[in-house]
This record gives sequence, C-alpha cells and structure tokens, in this order.
Amino acid sequence: MSKKQDKKHQQQAAEPSLDFSKALIYTPAPESSAHIRLKKQYDLFINGTWVKPSKGGYFETINPSTEQVLAKVAEGTQEDVDKAVKAARAAYENVWSKMPARERAKYIYRIARLIQERAREFAVIESMDGGKPIRESRDIDIPLAANHFFYYAGWADKLEYAFPGKNPESIGVAGQIIPWNFPLLMAAWKIAPALAAGNTVVLKPAESTPLTALKLAEIIEESGLPAGVVNIVTGAGATGAAIVNHPDIDKIAFTGSTDVGKLIQKAIAGTGKKLTLELGGKAANIIFEDAALDQAVEGIVNGIFFNQGHVCCAGSRLFVQEGVADKVIRKLKDRMASLIVGDPMDKNTDIGAINSPEQLKKINEYLKIGVNEGGEVFQPNCSIPSKGYFCKPTLFLNTSQSHRVVQEEIFGPVLAVQTFRTVEEVIEKANNTPYGLSAGVWTDKGSKIFNMTTKLKAGVVWANTYNKFDPSSPFGGFRESGFGREGGLHGLLPYLNLR
Amino acid sequence: MGNHNVSYQPSISPPIDQISVEERCARFQSRSIKGETKVAGLKLALSMIDLTTLEGKDSEGKVKQLCYKAMHPHDAMPGIPTVAAVCVYPTMVRTARKALKGSNIKVAAVATAFPSGLAPLKVKLDDTKFAVEEGADEIDMVISRGKFLQGDFNFVFDEIAAVKEACGKAHLKVILETGELSTLDNVRKASDIAIFAGADFIKTSTGKIQPAATMPVTLVMLEAIRDYYYETGKMIGMKPAGGIATSKLALHYLVMVRETLGEAWMNPDWFRFGASKLANDILMQLAKDQTGVYQSLNYFSND
Repeated sequence: MSKKQDKKHQQQAAEPSLDFSKALIYTPAPESSAHIRLKKQYDLFINGTWVKPSKGGYFETINPSTEQVLAKVAEGTQEDVDKAVKAARAAYENVWSKMPARERAKYIYRIARLIQERAREFAVIESMDGGKPIRESRDIDIPLAANHFFYYAGWADKLEYAFPGKNPESIGVAGQIIPWNFPLLMAAWKIAPALAAGNTVVLKPAESTPLTALKLAEIIEESGLPAGVVNIVTGAGATGAAIVNHPDIDKIAFTGSTDVGKLIQKAIAGTGKKLTLELGGKAANIIFEDAALDQAVEGIVNGIFFNQGHVCCAGSRLFVQEGVADKVIRKLKDRMASLIVGDPMDKNTDIGAINSPEQLKKINEYLKIGVNEGGEVFQPNCSIPSKGYFCKPTLFLNTSQSHRVVQEEIFGPVLAVQTFRTVEEVIEKANNTPYGLSAGVWTDKGSKIFNMTTKLKAGVVWANTYNKFDPSSPFGGFRESGFGREGGLHGLLPYLNLR
Repeated sequence: MGNHNVSYQPSISPPIDQISVEERCARFQSRSIKGETKVAGLKLALSMIDLTTLEGKDSEGKVKQLCYKAMHPHDAMPGIPTVAAVCVYPTMVRTARKALKGSNIKVAAVATAFPSGLAPLKVKLDDTKFAVEEGADEIDMVISRGKFLQGDFNFVFDEIAAVKEACGKAHLKVILETGELSTLDNVRKASDIAIFAGADFIKTSTGKIQPAATMPVTLVMLEAIRDYYYETGKMIGMKPAGGIATSKLALHYLVMVRETLGEAWMNPDWFRFGASKLANDILMQLAKDQTGVYQSLNYFSND
C-alpha cells in the first residue's frame, strides 16, 4: 500500500470522535480546609473520656492525596480494649439498658443533629483522611450518616411495633469493626441501630481513616451521652482481634474483607457471640438492549467509579447485551474522558485518591494481571497528580468469566466488561461468583426487572439505578459477601433478642 | 421534496429514564465554575445568544434598536463579543438585515405559522420562502405537535423535509416545543424525527409555552445529536430557548454541552441560546469581574 493510500485508508477508518480535552477546562475550585481543627495526637475514647493507650503507641494517619501526616492516633492494645469493654458493660448494666427508650432516642437524635451542624467539617476531614472527592463526602457520606442516626432514633421506643408479638430485648455489648471506604457512614450504620436497640458499643475504625470516628467521639461527648455507652478504640488488626476475642462481648459486627470475615467467624465459633458480616463483592451490572442507554452509562460510571471503586457493592462486572455492546462501550469511553481525576478537595473532582499505598499497589497488580490475561485495556487520556496515590479509571474489555479480573474483588476503579446474548445466560454468569452482595439491572421493561430480581443471588438488586442508599433500606449479602442486614427494620434484628 | 424515500421508525429512538436524566443534570449543576473559566464561559455564552424579539407589537424601530444592541452589547467594556444572531418574525427580516449590515451577526426568522404551526403546508412553505427571500440566514420552524401526539410521525417528518427544501441555503432550526410534548421519550422521538428529516439545528421551544427550555430536555436532545453523530459523523446544532435568564444557568448549560458533546460544539456555529434577558445578566457578571462590584441593571441598555 502506498503512503497516500495508507493515509486515505486511515481517514476512512477514523470514526467520528468527541474531544473533551480542551474547551472550558474548569479552574481549580478547592474546598477550604482552613477551618479544620485537628489535634496533633488523638487518644482513645473510653468511658466518656480520652485516655492514653496502655503501651503508649501511636500511629500516623496520612492524607492519601498529599502523603502528608494529618495526625497521630493511639494504638489500642488488648488492655485498652478490655478497659473499653468493661466501661461498655458497666454503662449497659447500670444506665443504658435501664433508661426509658424515648430517653435513649433523644440522645441519638442529638447526635444526628450535631453531625448535621458540623457537616462541612466532617466532609472536609473525610476527604482529607480518606481521599474521596469532597462532592461525595459532602453530598453522600455525611448526610447519609446523619440520616441513619435520625432513622434509628425513631425506632428506639417502637421496637415492639417493629416485631409484633415478640418481646425484643437488647443483647449487651457490641464490638464493631469498620472499614476505610466510608469511615463515618459505616460508624453510623453500626452505632445507630445498636444504641436504638439498647446496647452499648466498642467501635474500632480502620487504621487508615480514624479521624471522623474520633470527631464523632467529640460529638458524642458534646451530646452528653452517658459515659461508656460508645467507646472508640483506634488501632490495626491486633486491636480488632482483641475486640473479636474478648469474652465479655455479646455481638460482633464487621464490615471488611472476606478473608478477615472468615477469620472472625472461625474465632468466635462456639462462643455464643452473635455475628453479622458485610464482606466483599463482585457485583454484576447488567445492561439489556432495551435499556435507556445514555442513562445506563451514567449508572455504569456511578457503579464502578463512585468512591474510586472502593465500594463493596461496586458494579465491577459489566454485562452488556451483544446487540448494544459497541454503542454502550463507545458511550462509556466518552463519558470516562470527561471524568476529572485529582485533588479530592476540589469540588469538580469526580475520582479522588486511592485510600492507601497498599491499596494502590493491589490495584496496580490487578492491572498487570488483567493485561497479562489478554484483556483489552482502556484508560481515558486524563492527567493525574504526581504526588499522592491515584489511579485512572480503567476498563478491561473482552473479558470472560475465567479472567481473574472478573473473578476477584479489586476494590478500585477497574471495570471488567463482558457481553451476553440471553437472559438465561446473563443470570448464570451473574451468579457464577462466590460473592452475592449486589447487582444492577438496566431495562425499560418492568417485568424483566422482577424476573431478574428473583433470580439474581444478591442481597441488593438495583433497577435502573446503582449505589443508592437509604437508612430505611436493608443492605447485606449472600454467600461470601456475608450475612445479616444493616439498615431498615432488618438492621435492628442483629442487635436484639426476640423472645 | 428531498428526503421522500426516508422515513422515521420510532424504534430507532431509545427509551429515556427521566430520573437518571435529572440526576445527571444535577451533576452538571454541581460543577463549580470560577475565575478564568467563568469569564471565558460568560463570553462564550454571550457570543451564542440569538437576541430575540417575537411580539405582536414588534415594529421596525424596535427591531433596529435590538440590532444595534446585538452589535454593541456594552461598548463601555472592551473585549465583549457580539451575539450570534437576531431572531425576528419574517416581516422584520429585511429591517434586521439592513440594520446588521457589515456585522457577522446572522438574521434568524421564525416561520411556518409560528408559534402554533397550525396552518396548511403551502402557507408554511410560503412563509419560509418569504423569510429566505427577505434575507434570513436561518429559519426557525415549529413542528406540528398535534400530529406528533396523534402518532402521525411521517406527517411531521415530511413537513420538516419540505420546509428544509424551501429553506434553500438558509439553515433550518426545528422547534420541538418540548413543553407540549409531555415526556422525555417524546422529546427524544421528536429530536430524531427532526434530525433525520434534515434539521441543521434542533431547538427546544418557541418561548410562548411553559415550560420552555429545561436542562433535562436539552440533555435528551444533546444525546440525540450525539447518537446521530456517532452513526453518521454529521454534526447537528442545538438551541435551548426560553427560560434561560441568568449567567449561572447559562454556564450550567455550557458544562452540559462540554461534557456531552465536547469541544466541537462549544461555539455559536453549533450551540445557541434563544434568550432576550440573558445578555444583560452576562454583561453584569462580566462587569463585576472587571470592577469587583455589581453594577445596577440601570447601567445596561434595554433594547
């Protein structure tokens, strides 16, 4: 082929393409952090006061977008956990379980209102400590956390109506271990129903994102909640293990990885402790050819790139019906080209920083695995900051159920794309995973939605939307995604004995 | 008539999910547009305005004044662009043409028994031809909404194709009057009909019906334009009209165009605002950017 012919050929082959790289580039619009007052060092919140860790150890928590140290945080030991459990037990026996339910509710309402009042401060700290875009912490994490407290405050004096004919009783001291992806929100999911049901709490936030839980402790202090009802013990895995193995804890609630969940289940086998686990996921997000495609593309983006993909229910496996696959992928690529990756504090940022260097390393390993497996990679041509932990939104196209990037939870902004032909085929593939937390279905046909929701083995199935949360809606998994429900009426059950 | 062998099949129009469209629009509105981007965006928006007067009491004097405003939005401030076009009734085209002589500002004429469109095809074609002969660069036609809602899509299609032919070299903007179409599904269908029948631009509203332009409606139309571009490589222009009175809202529209269609549409050749009040609000914002303080609206001319 001559050069001229070659050029002509290329011109013909070139598809019409959209350019998002130049016009109207948004100038930085950073949310101010000038009003944030962080202590240099945080102690443990036990029995209503701040106490130094028994062994005197502290660890640093960093801002993943700048790699700067934000504060030092106490490393809770077994002794500290024991102190916290004793305080929680005493508060349970002497105060909290005896208090009239409507009085309990007042405290929970007060916490909700205080979170609302300090929402901006919480949002900024959440983005600094965890790397999530300020738009998300401001519009989703913090308001939802307050809403959970409001919602369960309402249930506190209505438990008999929640379970008619039963006699609901509180269970005692709850040990709660939460992850780093939604730090304050997960604390709210755990603490609010426990308190409403009349229990006391020892909570351990994740070691990379302890700050908003410690700020919540300040609010709890301010609210006048009786000492020992909520205790917050920071630390890493060993601190968590001390909670799990403490003999005077009646219930463990854990959100985190499936591996740790399995360890916890083994550890407490035979102890009589109640357990709920909310673990990993590899959700199928299914696009039928009769779906509203442009809106489905939004749903794909919200499903996998929300919170940098650090979401246990992320729609990380995309299934597109073959008849519309080319169209959807093309739209998805163009949509990804308009995503802004960068400073979490910038109000225009869509994808913030990866939570920790460890997590970034893990994601990068999966990117390598995906390439070696022969997946076709797509990343938009966006810039990412040179400092901090960042990952471009990524597609792996032309994958199959046998690819590891399809099977394993990556917990990053990485989407594995497959196509399908029939309803039966996609149900089989969607269920062909050890997980079962969530799924998404996109179709204009209501009957198809109901058919899918009955057949998908997932705790949550979203139809024509994705990653929607509400305090009144239960959330939880099947199979290796865990058991027990959080949110809604169902979320009270793990914190009650029904007699 | 040009496109007789082509017709519209409703099955080519995908369904639209209203709730998701509204959520997407809320995301556009959460973009923070500051500093240089804001100034550039405001100037761009001003250059995209079709300055409009469409009243029964329009006179030559009124049209001449409007044309002067179009060419000289605010001479006290240097570096201000002119608007894109002046939009008038067909009988005012000649006056506008003369008044705008020597500028690059286009003359747009509403035609086809605007705003109802309830006239025989022959009348509509004569209306169009008259406006073109008087010197209109652009024709803003209305579709037959009654026929559309009756399901007579081919009638609507053929009518647009006929008007397109009557336009000759003039550009054709097709007004869907989305405020009368009731659903976003219908907006999408009407957009596809207009595009496939030969529209150069699609336009939301006459400005005579409420609601006029909204962000959800405009997004659905932009997505129709995008799908057509993907299929054919041909660009179609977009004009939201009516109800866009503030700079802030205009910037949100630009964000929407930027994130839906990209750079190629970010100019007056492919995107217009049909508005009369917007220009002064933009001028006020630009003056505030230069001086640091807001001036009274009394400092900006009302023509």
